[in-house]
Amino acid sequence: MKRLILLIVCSITLLILTPAGAEDISLHGFLQGNYSADLDRSNPDGGDFKWAEERLQLKLEADREPLRLFFKTDAFYDHVDEGADLEMREGYVDFTSSKWDLRIGRQVITWGVGDLIFINDVFPKDYEAFFSGRPMEYLKKGVDGIKMGVYPSAVSAEVIVIPFFEPNVYPDGNRFYMFDPMPAVTNREEREPSSSLDHTETALRIYRDIAGFDTSLYYYRGFFRQSAMHPDSMSSTTKMDLFYPELSVYGASAQGRALSGVLSVEAGYYDSRQDESGTDPMIANSQSKILFGYQRQIWEDFTMGLQYYAEYMHDYSEYERNIPAGFPQERKLQQLTSARVTQFLMHQTLRLSFFSFYSTSDGDYLLNPEIKYNLSDNSWAAIGGNIFGGGDEWSRFGQLEKNDNLYTQMRYEF
Amino acid sequence: MNKQFNWRFKKMRFFILLLIMLLPLKVFAVDAVGVIKKSQEAFHYQGRDFKARVLMKLISKSGQERIRELAMLRKNYGASGGEQKYFMYFFQPADVKDLTFMVYKYPAKDDDRWLFVPAINMVRRIAAQDKSSSFVGSDFTYEDVSGRDIEDDTHSIVKEEKTGTRDCYVIKSAPKVQDVDYSYRLSWIDKVNFLPLKEEYYDRKGELSRVFTADEVKDVKGFPTVTKRTMKNLQSGHRTETVFTKTDYNIGLEDSLFSERFLKQPPRKWIE
Repeated sequence: MKRLILLIVCSITLLILTPAGAEDISLHGFLQGNYSADLDRSNPDGGDFKWAEERLQLKLEADREPLRLFFKTDAFYDHVDEGADLEMREGYVDFTSSKWDLRIGRQVITWGVGDLIFINDVFPKDYEAFFSGRPMEYLKKGVDGIKMGVYPSAVSAEVIVIPFFEPNVYPDGNRFYMFDPMPAVTNREEREPSSSLDHTETALRIYRDIAGFDTSLYYYRGFFRQSAMHPDSMSSTTKMDLFYPELSVYGASAQGRALSGVLSVEAGYYDSRQDESGTDPMIANSQSKILFGYQRQIWEDFTMGLQYYAEYMHDYSEYERNIPAGFPQERKLQQLTSARVTQFLMHQTLRLSFFSFYSTSDGDYLLNPEIKYNLSDNSWAAIGGNIFGGGDEWSRFGQLEKNDNLYTQMRYEF
Repeated sequence: MNKQFNWRFKKMRFFILLLIMLLPLKVFAVDAVGVIKKSQEAFHYQGRDFKARVLMKLISKSGQERIRELAMLRKNYGASGGEQKYFMYFFQPADVKDLTFMVYKYPAKDDDRWLFVPAINMVRRIAAQDKSSSFVGSDFTYEDVSGRDIEDDTHSIVKEEKTGTRDCYVIKSAPKVQDVDYSYRLSWIDKVNFLPLKEEYYDRKGELSRVFTADEVKDVKGFPTVTKRTMKNLQSGHRTETVFTKTDYNIGLEDSLFSERFLKQPPRKWIE
């Protein structure tokens, strides 16, 4: 919170010191209602809504070359936990030069070519938002850091430095039924990596066009954003330490026009630096990941996207040897497919879409149909559902089986 | 000798007569492809580069209006009919504000298209094979916005007539392969500036389906430019009225503008 305040104070000072004219400042935003009702059964804590809130977003932008300030702040009232709060979604200053630029502050970074499948996009996500039927932008969380873009003629590059760790958000145990390997142990302590110099995350992306394909190389050094658990004792656990193990990622992607559509390929190697040998069953082993995607327009305003994703666990025999009895065993090769179809109607004011995940290795799935209608140039409403099932009680979507929900999103933008 | 001269004279007379007969025909027989080429150049390839603020009103049969407003930047690569790059920044409607869109247009090949979604800071390629699909939900297609390959149609001059006060060639263009939703179109092309002042699209049953009209032509830096245009769908009663403002040519758009960098951070100096 302190750094947030510091950032706001610095930026406002900057804004005041910069003599910007009225036309250089713009204020936009929206009012939104977002509700998601349980379809299957009540939440673990008895509530009937996964999400229920009204939200006001303000986007303030001030431009004065070579500087640009941008703030996106949300104020909301949450009916599930009954409380109001403020949230700074983004807040940064841009400095632009001819061959390079700099963005300092809270910012959203999106990498990779996957559609809801992330290999080299190692930046924080909010999966609770995704499973609760919130608008897609809430799946991405900002990071507090510095991004530098450099644009020499041969290649372009992005260098990212993140001094403050931000974990992923997973569904809340009061609202979602999820698998817990040790439900009896309620004494849990979470530790995020401290903000020291050697805990500073670094990421690099180098990209250019090669034969009509947008190609990128990626590097990341930091931490897993999903916590690992260490019990104080394997035989008689009384306490669990939750922590974020060290991770490095090396990857590449390419996307271009092929087979009368758009073809995407992405791969990455996840180096689990705190469990190189794969002997610690509580920390994910190193993995290789690959994704193939194909998107095509079938007829006017109708597009289809298909993806295949595979995750291969290295040192599997070590993992098998060390996994404690009673723990669900992950597969050596996990496979996931996705399909998305989108049809626009009525001069692109009505959108029908259907998205599905299906794991061919685990047999679990997620189905997400949605209808969105633009009531006017300023307002839209969407209604959709999230249906989970299949697989085992611990598999990715299978564990969410009891959390089916029907959601609505309504927004007035200004 | 005399006889021979007489014969020669007769032959020459015949040729002269033939020439005289052919002369007006030759003037009349302006090559249809030539007219279409000049029209493409005047309508889609004028200047080295071009910018405009485009306001589209999508008007339903009942009169309900929707707005699409964008800044459009275009740069030519090579001669008329060649490669072009387009950069678009959306002002309206609200749910696509700040969205940017980039097209690399190639002759005789599918476009490359990229979309930047600001809410999640994501640049994505989008599949776009069908150039005859609607541009942002309007009655204009991508081809109406950026032009159609001349070689895709067979062209013939049907007649010459006035539309309004302007003398026009009327050209019939029929697709060689049925890759669009019309069987042929008639274009009224201004004899002086070669801008299409009217176009009629006929469906497969031969019925008039869409009508384009150039409602205002202005001179911008010496280039006659269609600044108001309408496309009306006669079958649905829906129409789109488009107004170009802040138009300019040869403004010196950099090549680097058409890149991921500027899709993510549209340069303010060009977006107005």
